[in-house]
Amino acid sequence: MATTTHTNTEAAHGADHAAEAVGMPQLDFSSFPNQIFWLIVTLVAIYLVLSRVALPRIASVLAERQGTITKDIARAEELKQAAVDAEAAYNKALADARSEAQEIIAAAKADIQKELDAAVAVADAEISAKAAESEKAITAIRDSAMTSVTDVANDIAKDIVSAVSTAKIDAKSLKAAVSSRLKG
Amino acid sequence: MASEAAAPSGLQIHPMDQFVVHPLFGDGPIHWYTPTNASLWMLLTVVAVVLLLVIGTRGRAIVPSRSQSIAEMAYGFIYKMVEDVAGKDAVGYFPYIMTLFMFIVMANFLGLIPMSFATTSHIAVTAIMAMAVFLFVTLLGIFKHGFGFLHLFWIGSAPLILRPILALIEVISYFVRPVSHSIRLAGNMMAGHAVIKVFAGFAGVLGVGAVAPIAAITAVYALETLVAFIQAYVFAILTCVYLKDALHPHH
Repeated sequence: MATTTHTNTEAAHGADHAAEAVGMPQLDFSSFPNQIFWLIVTLVAIYLVLSRVALPRIASVLAERQGTITKDIARAEELKQAAVDAEAAYNKALADARSEAQEIIAAAKADIQKELDAAVAVADAEISAKAAESEKAITAIRDSAMTSVTDVANDIAKDIVSAVSTAKIDAKSLKAAVSSRLKG
Repeated sequence: MASEAAAPSGLQIHPMDQFVVHPLFGDGPIHWYTPTNASLWMLLTVVAVVLLLVIGTRGRAIVPSRSQSIAEMAYGFIYKMVEDVAGKDAVGYFPYIMTLFMFIVMANFLGLIPMSFATTSHIAVTAIMAMAVFLFVTLLGIFKHGFGFLHLFWIGSAPLILRPILALIEVISYFVRPVSHSIRLAGNMMAGHAVIKVFAGFAGVLGVGAVAPIAAITAVYALETLVAFIQAYVFAILTCVYLKDALHPHH
């Protein structure tokens, strides 16, 4: 603090001798017209530069940027809507495809069932036909076997009878006896 | 402090020498047209303004470069200030306020360059700007509102007895405006630069001990950088306040 005071008094002292050396150059009125003139020149120059070039340019750049931002936001909004729409369409397509697939599966199942049923019916018919045929064959075989048995029994009975007795063999009664035996 | 002991004898500190206006060429008397160091640094503010606001924005980019960003920020800052403080109908005066602000802020920052000349530390400069604002605003108020402008001094919401007293105070404060408006800026600039110079004088004679004044210079310089912007801001915002009073004199 003491220093500053000292410097100031020294400065004030010095101002007496030389106006240019120390003191407050701010209060040296001889320089005022000069400063005022050049200040006015400067301010007018800055004003002209600002109002003619700089400010309109910056204003247009800011407006353009604002416009671009607004447009971009609108576009983003649009794209977002499009994306939502696309998603909805995709989901719808997916659901459609799913239900169609279900239909196709059901139809295929029904077709297969029908074919299967038909095949089963054909097979059943074949089986029953074969079974009937077999049965017939078995019956025929059994019948022929029966006849053979009767013949064999008749032959054997004739042989047995001729072996044990010398009596004349009555073919008719022998046959009747054998067949009654076979039935019984 | 050691510096205080060292200061008195033989130490020659001339903190005010930096403010002396002298002719750039020769050593003659200073006429109004003489190119001086003051005019040089004023014209450099024009160069700085052109560099920032014209050359800096020549790209007109949607995504701005650094200099264009700063220019746009300055524009937006002052534009918003005018709009918020002085009202929407005051944006027509935006170029004038922008001119004042750009000149002061550039002059303040250029004045911080060592060995430069701080034009805004001169009362002649700030007083002319303050008087210009004062006269412009007063004439604008009278032109726009005629007698109604006197409502600025006649406060309708106050009790009737108090009104004359308040009117007197208001009138005085109104006419003190250009004084405070100009001295605030010039005083701040002058004081900061002088303090830096005083510390620099100490640093010159202290040898190794100069670390302390150099640290002080650094601190004051940082403060002055802040002050350089704040004073330009204050000058501009006060201009806006005065403009608002002229456009809307009713309290």
